[in-house]
Amino acid sequence: MKRKREIKTWSREIVVGAIKNSFIKLNPLYMYKNPVMFVVEVGTFITLLATIFPTYFGSTPDEVGYNALVTFILFVTVLFANFAESLAEGRGKAQAETLRKTKKETMAKLVQSDGSIKIVKSSELKKGDIVICEAGDIIPADGEIIEGLAAIDESAITGESAPVIKEAGGDFSSVTGGTKVISDRIKIRVTVDEGESFLDRMIKLVEGAKRQKSPNEIALTTVLVSLTIIFIVVVMTLYPMAKFVHVRISAATMIALLVCLIPTTIGGLLSAIGIAGMDRVTRFNVIAMSGKAVEAAGDIDTILLDKTGTITFGNRLAADFIPVGGHSKEEVTYYALISSLKDLTPEGRSIVDLARKMGAKAPDDILEGAEVVEFSAETRMSGLNLKDGTIVRKGSYDKVKEYIGEKGGSIPDDLDKEVEKISLLGGTPLVVVKDNEVLGVIYLKDTIKPGMKERFKQLRAMGIKTIMITGDNPLTAKTIAEEAGVDEFIAESKPEDKINVIKREQAQGRLVAMTGDGTNDAPALAQADVGLAMNSGTMAAKEAANMVDLDSDPTKIIEVVGIGKQLLMTRGALTTFSIANDVAKYFAILPAIISETLPAIKVLDVMKLSSPTNAILSALIYNAIIIPILIPIAMRGVKYRPMSANALLMRNLLIYGLGGLIAPFVGIKLIDMIISSIFGM
Amino acid sequence: MGEEIKRTIKFTLVFMVLLGLVYPFVMTGIANLLFPYQAKGSIIKVDGKPVGSELIGQKFTDPRWFMGRPSAVDYDATSSGGTNYALSNPKFHEELEKNIEEFLKKNPGVKRSEIPADIVTSSGSGLDPHISPKAAYLQVKRVAKVNGLPEEVVKKLVDKNIEGRFLGLFGEPRVNVLKLNLSLLEEIKKHKK
Amino acid sequence: MYSNIELFTMIAIIVLLTKPLGTYMYNIFEYKPMRSDKIFLPVENFIYKITGINPEEEMDWKKYALTFLLVNMVMMIITYFILRVQQFLPLNPTGAKNMESSLAFNTVISFMTNTNLQHYAGEDGITFLSQMIVIVFLMFTSAASGLVTAAAIMRGLSKKTTNLGNFYADFVRITVRLLLPISMLATLILVWQGVPQTFAGKVVVDTLEGGKQTIITGPVAVLESIKHLGTNGGGFFGANSSHPFENPTWLTNMIEMLLMMLLPTSLIYTYGLMINNKKHALVLYISLFVIFILLAVGAVYAENHPGVAYSKLHIYGKPYGNYEGKEVRFGVSQSPLFATVTTAFTTGSVDSMHDSYTPLGGAVPLILMMLNTIFGGDGAGLQNIIMYTILTVFLTGLMVGRTPEYLGRKIETKEIKLIALAILVHPFLILFSSALTVMLKVGASSVTNPLYHGLTQVLYEFSSAAANNGSEFAGFIGNTVFMNIMTGLVMFFGRYITIILMLAVAGSMAEKIPAPPSPGTFRTDNAIFGAIFIAVVLIVGALTFFPAVILGPISEFLSMT
Repeated sequence: MKRKREIKTWSREIVVGAIKNSFIKLNPLYMYKNPVMFVVEVGTFITLLATIFPTYFGSTPDEVGYNALVTFILFVTVLFANFAESLAEGRGKAQAETLRKTKKETMAKLVQSDGSIKIVKSSELKKGDIVICEAGDIIPADGEIIEGLAAIDESAITGESAPVIKEAGGDFSSVTGGTKVISDRIKIRVTVDEGESFLDRMIKLVEGAKRQKSPNEIALTTVLVSLTIIFIVVVMTLYPMAKFVHVRISAATMIALLVCLIPTTIGGLLSAIGIAGMDRVTRFNVIAMSGKAVEAAGDIDTILLDKTGTITFGNRLAADFIPVGGHSKEEVTYYALISSLKDLTPEGRSIVDLARKMGAKAPDDILEGAEVVEFSAETRMSGLNLKDGTIVRKGSYDKVKEYIGEKGGSIPDDLDKEVEKISLLGGTPLVVVKDNEVLGVIYLKDTIKPGMKERFKQLRAMGIKTIMITGDNPLTAKTIAEEAGVDEFIAESKPEDKINVIKREQAQGRLVAMTGDGTNDAPALAQADVGLAMNSGTMAAKEAANMVDLDSDPTKIIEVVGIGKQLLMTRGALTTFSIANDVAKYFAILPAIISETLPAIKVLDVMKLSSPTNAILSALIYNAIIIPILIPIAMRGVKYRPMSANALLMRNLLIYGLGGLIAPFVGIKLIDMIISSIFGM
Repeated sequence: MGEEIKRTIKFTLVFMVLLGLVYPFVMTGIANLLFPYQAKGSIIKVDGKPVGSELIGQKFTDPRWFMGRPSAVDYDATSSGGTNYALSNPKFHEELEKNIEEFLKKNPGVKRSEIPADIVTSSGSGLDPHISPKAAYLQVKRVAKVNGLPEEVVKKLVDKNIEGRFLGLFGEPRVNVLKLNLSLLEEIKKHKK
Repeated sequence: MYSNIELFTMIAIIVLLTKPLGTYMYNIFEYKPMRSDKIFLPVENFIYKITGINPEEEMDWKKYALTFLLVNMVMMIITYFILRVQQFLPLNPTGAKNMESSLAFNTVISFMTNTNLQHYAGEDGITFLSQMIVIVFLMFTSAASGLVTAAAIMRGLSKKTTNLGNFYADFVRITVRLLLPISMLATLILVWQGVPQTFAGKVVVDTLEGGKQTIITGPVAVLESIKHLGTNGGGFFGANSSHPFENPTWLTNMIEMLLMMLLPTSLIYTYGLMINNKKHALVLYISLFVIFILLAVGAVYAENHPGVAYSKLHIYGKPYGNYEGKEVRFGVSQSPLFATVTTAFTTGSVDSMHDSYTPLGGAVPLILMMLNTIFGGDGAGLQNIIMYTILTVFLTGLMVGRTPEYLGRKIETKEIKLIALAILVHPFLILFSSALTVMLKVGASSVTNPLYHGLTQVLYEFSSAAANNGSEFAGFIGNTVFMNIMTGLVMFFGRYITIILMLAVAGSMAEKIPAPPSPGTFRTDNAIFGAIFIAVVLIVGALTFFPAVILGPISEFLSMT
């Protein structure tokens, strides 16, 4: 059972906190970090002055009401943007809160240099200290098991309730502070100082306390700032040019025009999109060390996957029953079933499942009085001696051959051929024997996890190349690779192969992602652009990676890529929307400004707005309320389904590009109708 | 840096000589060899004396000649240019009204609605050698009358002097005023004999 | 109808010439062996020898940019002094005086930056020697400068080395192998059609009416050919290509248009070859032609339907077309076509007076200069196209869920900063200087037409300067100290900031390892990209200049209905 990490965006707590924060963020020292909204704030201040001292700002005293309205709308615009950011942060904080609850002050059994045990507070532990944990203890700090083996409940961090086995040495030796020992006793060497534990860093990350703008966010901000400067120039120069042709523009109107034109929609939502993107990764139980890592995930061109455990289950499962020597398929299926009834290995169980699926049925009383022959390394055969004296066995080809020879049976001519065929396919043959007769062969095969094939297909559609890494021989590797549909495979791989493949791909300009858990994966995880470490893995792997999957599910890398793409898409879509919006705003505001001097300009007023003042106010109101309207999209991300870039582009262009052109025409007209009917202005 | 600047200056001077002196002089030589008439300005000579360039418009005010378009530089070929009036400029309207009035006065019998725009607007260069065929035909009656020639003859002169569209597709139909007046002059001489 | 035939004939000719000429330029830029090496190599080696240039030396973007700047500066300084003392030098049959300092400042910047805004009158303001060693010389070298910097940028986007080539060697090759041969051929065709090429300055004739007419001739044809081939635009005479000696027939009119279009269009093919992505180049090529054709047809329509300004005169036609400021041999259709070509291809020569165009007809060249990317001038145009392409990729590329990449190279903060700055320069220069001019009496006094059209005159002047176009609303009084300095600075910054920023972008992109395209890559070689590119060019342009265009030409148009 996974504990749900869903946190409601609109919970009362978060919303109230966000509202409060939107006011706190009005502090210019803070606003300055968001240049687009900072311009709006400065504009608000100027219109406020224009409300108080209208004549100094090109307004007549009877325009005070209008100036005040503009001021108010601008103020609300800034608040809306702050609210979006605060809301996203609030969600992060709520996530962090649930994590923090697991970080309780506990008592630790510190092993002192003389071997005696001293009880200390967990917060007093230092890197290098050795502690002992017994069943029922909470592990006081991140560390490595140096002695013993234990079952550990990691549900506090992963949400996974099934305990995991950890032991000294090897790849399953690291433990996380806050998790609970369920059985046995272990000695742990503490690997981090207080406040730097894995949990601490996770909390900081999700809280956004250490949030830095990611590279793409900085680049996009640059473009938005550039657009903002252009529009400041446009609006500032408009004044003297308008004056030259006898058109009067008040300061409030100029600022209204400016605010409508600068990309406030994306400017107001940009940081919320970034925070929400990280948050989506977190909700997926993956901790990203930086926003950069999430962005890089969207750019991934190549994914390196371990075969065992990622692509396949790692166990060989029955795939078919092949009769030989003139026996029927039903016969071999039936006896394969009988031979495995008491076989509790995964292989055995899979034989039973498959045989039953294929319609074989063992009599209910078959096990009565039957003798179970267990598998042993020596005989390499297992089966049953039934009550009626029938001997049923399954076993490896050479052992069965020996066995039949001893029993004086004969080997069917086609057995060799079938066995070889299975081997060639990368499978494992198990020969089924009844008494001294060979009935057929069970085809055991390394089975690909359900859904993997579809995922690889999606990845290919997305243009992502998959490379499978396996220790298998090339033949077996090829079979699995073809069946799963990965693009490339590395067979008989040595530890350094991974890093070499990554470097090779990177030299061709590709970005590479990989998953790993072992210590010898660490260099490759560090080299990869996106390294996803399993939480169950070693500390070294986790340190080297830029993402950690708390569920230790290596296939999640695929979803992480999706989230990265969604993050970038959301930015692109809302930027396009924001810029496309400007067209309609021009058509609302410019005719309104000029119509006093040149009534014929009304032909450009395609929305037929009720009055020049209402036109400007409607555009401004639209500009403000579009921010909260789009908050859900910013939080959720635009819809993403794996498909080719072209298909994605078409879709997003239609919705956000064309939509961005049309929406404000409708929106501004609607607002104008409401204003003019309610206020009769 | 000093070395670099020296090199750049040398570079500049070499190209200045090549592009600014060698090339134009060589081209002048070749051009005058191949197209001596055009290279010198397409100067038309009558009895060995230059009377104008076939490409440059000339001023004609005497009613006996076909007249060209109004000129902002008064057909002074030591300068060139147009009025540069905007259509929204009241002066544009005044100027055109004045030109129309003048044309109507000089060409009695012509109706206002017959006047094509080119003959009452100033050209871009102020030296436009052409008028539209329509503007030429409108003047036939007056020119014939003043010179004592039959209208038919004068009309034929215009017919002869119309340069149509190349292949019926390219260019604008036009009449070279100087050439038309030169053929008119010959016609007058012929008539006198 | 005739204008459409002419338009599409020209486009057909250009399309036919694009591939061979584009390939030829590619061979020049890539130093491929050519059959013509036998003729050109000795000339080039001679130049290398006497100037002491090592053509093998490789330059990174900084060195390339610095050399480009240095060469241009030196050329400006030397030509400045020539103009200041021209009356003491030989070949001055028209008796031109030394050029005043602000005018000389303006003139050398104007011609070195490929702008060719002319605040002097060709007939009496400049000597024949200056026409050749200053004007013709700068016309060649400014075109060459634009082309070679474009070549360097193309290399940066396509190569795996950080070196962008050798400025001097590129410059020599493009001049010797491309500009000179085509100019020679064009010169002869122009002379055949009637463009003078002589050193006899004046011809005095006895007119039929008995008066005297002084006709100024000169070495016009050599100037006229490179003026268009090099997308320069400065005329030998004040009236530029409307003067019968500069542009005597419909054929020269067409040839001049073709010369303007020739290199900027072919260069896009060269670009396709350089980046090994001909389809992307084709998409750009078609997209630009779409915008070009739409605006050309619009301008022709406007000049044929001048509306109330003519209809209220009750003369022939309903109305017959706006003939004011136009030549009969070009008519009211080929003239606006020429205006579209000259501003799209950033040349600036005019065969009719744009100031006297209908409001919307005049808005077309204005808008083209504001967009400044519809093919553009030699080399500089492609640089702007690349700038807009990268912006397009960045703005919309995110929508496929990847960090935007162009030609396989990621567009990151560093590049986007440079691009953002480059995009900013053009509107800033135009709007800021226009606003300043209308605010100051010394500026506003240059305006000669009333109200909206007056504003358009100012906007036109600075758009032309910033876009390095050079055409003018000629009623505008350009030759004042204030305007000489203002436009001089605008031309200077408009040219050099953009080129240097783009060289920096190329230098930065050259350092990246290009990723091979995959289905997940944002494609720049299909119709969708073409449509987005058009939209971004038009929307970014519209958003920036819409208010100014509304207050100028559109208000003028509406005030006349």
